[in-house]
Amino acid sequence: MASTAVADRPASTKIATQTGDLVARWVAFIFAALVLLIVVVLVFELWQGSQPSRAKFGWGFLTSSAWNPVTEEFGALPFIYGTVITSFVALLISIPLGVGAAVFLSEMAPAGLSNALTFMVELLAAFPSVIYGLLAFLTLVPLMRSYVEPFLKRTLGFLPFFRGPAFGVGYLTASLVLAIMTFPFIISVSRESLLAVPREQREAALALGATKWETTWHIVVPYAKLGIYGSIFLGLARALGETMAVTMVIGNAPEIHASLLSPGYSIASVIANEFAEAATGVRIASLIELGLVLFCLTIIINGIARLLIIATTSKGSKRP
Amino acid sequence: MRLRWRKFVNAAMLSASGVCAVIAVSALFVILAFLVYNGSKSLDWNFFTQLPKATGEAGGGMANAIVGSLEIVGMASLMGIPIGFIAGVYLSEFDDKHFASLVRYTADLLNGVPSIIVGVLAWTLVVLPMRHFSAFSGAVALAVMLIPIVTRQTEQFLREVPMALREGSLALGASKWKMIATVAVPAGSKGILTGMILGVARIAGESAPLLFTAFNNQFWGGINEPSASLPVMIYYRAISPYDDWHRQAWAAGLALIALVLLANIAARMVLARGISVPRG
Repeated sequence: MASTAVADRPASTKIATQTGDLVARWVAFIFAALVLLIVVVLVFELWQGSQPSRAKFGWGFLTSSAWNPVTEEFGALPFIYGTVITSFVALLISIPLGVGAAVFLSEMAPAGLSNALTFMVELLAAFPSVIYGLLAFLTLVPLMRSYVEPFLKRTLGFLPFFRGPAFGVGYLTASLVLAIMTFPFIISVSRESLLAVPREQREAALALGATKWETTWHIVVPYAKLGIYGSIFLGLARALGETMAVTMVIGNAPEIHASLLSPGYSIASVIANEFAEAATGVRIASLIELGLVLFCLTIIINGIARLLIIATTSKGSKRP
Repeated sequence: MRLRWRKFVNAAMLSASGVCAVIAVSALFVILAFLVYNGSKSLDWNFFTQLPKATGEAGGGMANAIVGSLEIVGMASLMGIPIGFIAGVYLSEFDDKHFASLVRYTADLLNGVPSIIVGVLAWTLVVLPMRHFSAFSGAVALAVMLIPIVTRQTEQFLREVPMALREGSLALGASKWKMIATVAVPAGSKGILTGMILGVARIAGESAPLLFTAFNNQFWGGINEPSASLPVMIYYRAISPYDDWHRQAWAAGLALIALVLLANIAARMVLARGISVPRG
């Protein structure tokens, strides 16, 4: 009698059910559209807000190294340079460290230990960046000034990268902090993609007489390489946009130096430092245009990271 | 000879990878040790109850910053969690391929936008028209950061709910929204709640978007006035030249990190007991 029960249901219930669903669908749709709207408004505001600066400086903004609030001459080059160089040096440190640790966590450590250690490393990613800044400013900077930088000058001073007075603050200190802030991402995502490598790959290599390391380095790591690249780009995106920790240790000088010991500036730092005091006009527009540049940079890097990570996980991974 | 060399390389590289892991994990303990050592020396009752003293003067606390943070994060959660949650429900339950994947992509994009740029957005949307800094504008900035986190977490955990549960409820004659409200969301509630806790913990530590929205304040501030917050206070105290303020920065840092650790460990424990329904 089930079929008649459905048929006998009053028409009003059916309509009420359908209207309820329709309302729920539209409400949910509006909230989802809100997420889209936020990004559209963000892009619009960055474009609109930077209009005076774009009109005045054009593309020359990106290649000029002037930063003079008095004459209202602004250029982005020292900041782009600082952002890129600190992120690059940070990755030089965090890639070997992160991939090495990920190899240990996925290939050698027992599952329980590996999960516990990964949780600890991921906690590092959850720490607020001002905490990194606090620690770096009050403990790392004096350490760099008194010991590390003089040592680097004594031993590697013949290179152009380690010259000039040791201030403690500068590109190198900022890079070190960024390295600590990026390796949790590299470890976490690399480990996931290493764990997704099929067991047969390892067994085949071991059966052919390869050592554990040869298996890992020649078989497992190449198999997971897209995911590892993805993790690196993810770390890079975080490093490029990092604000507080870098602001506190980079030295805040709008200059370009080859030496990593010199103070510099980054895009995010100059926005953090000058936005509140710059009232209106070309200066604020220049800061917003710097924001636009940073936005584009991180969008591109994040996009690449996403594509790479999707590519590995869709290639027969164990993850849902 | 060749074999011995290969074994040597094997042992050397494998231990090197172990060393990398030790360095990575010890970074956590070094950071915590510094915070506990320096912070516990200066964390006292005044810190929680007193207003900041005038520049350079010893003593005082951060009561206004603690309340300010609660206020800003609370407002941000009130705005961000409902929006993020319902958007997440849409992505998981009303998936219409094109629009949903577009929203999914923009949510990820928004998640990757540096926090300082979100601050610029809140500045142009709220501070500029109102012509003054306010706790509310800071809350808007943090809400914008919270929304994509909650959206993606909600979607992810709703997707873990087995299809069979949904079908069972629909087969019994429940309408779709009723199925979502009484079956799908309760089944995924643990994970969704965890996502919200982690999201709120994350925005509670943000300072960059507050620098030129909520700004800072040495006194109590209303919703419509500039407001102090814990992370911004840490920043200004840390870069000041006074030892006593450094001491306070450490104390505030310890308080903030305790909050973050608590949220993360709580979330971990909730999730460790599994999703509310067995996966089938």
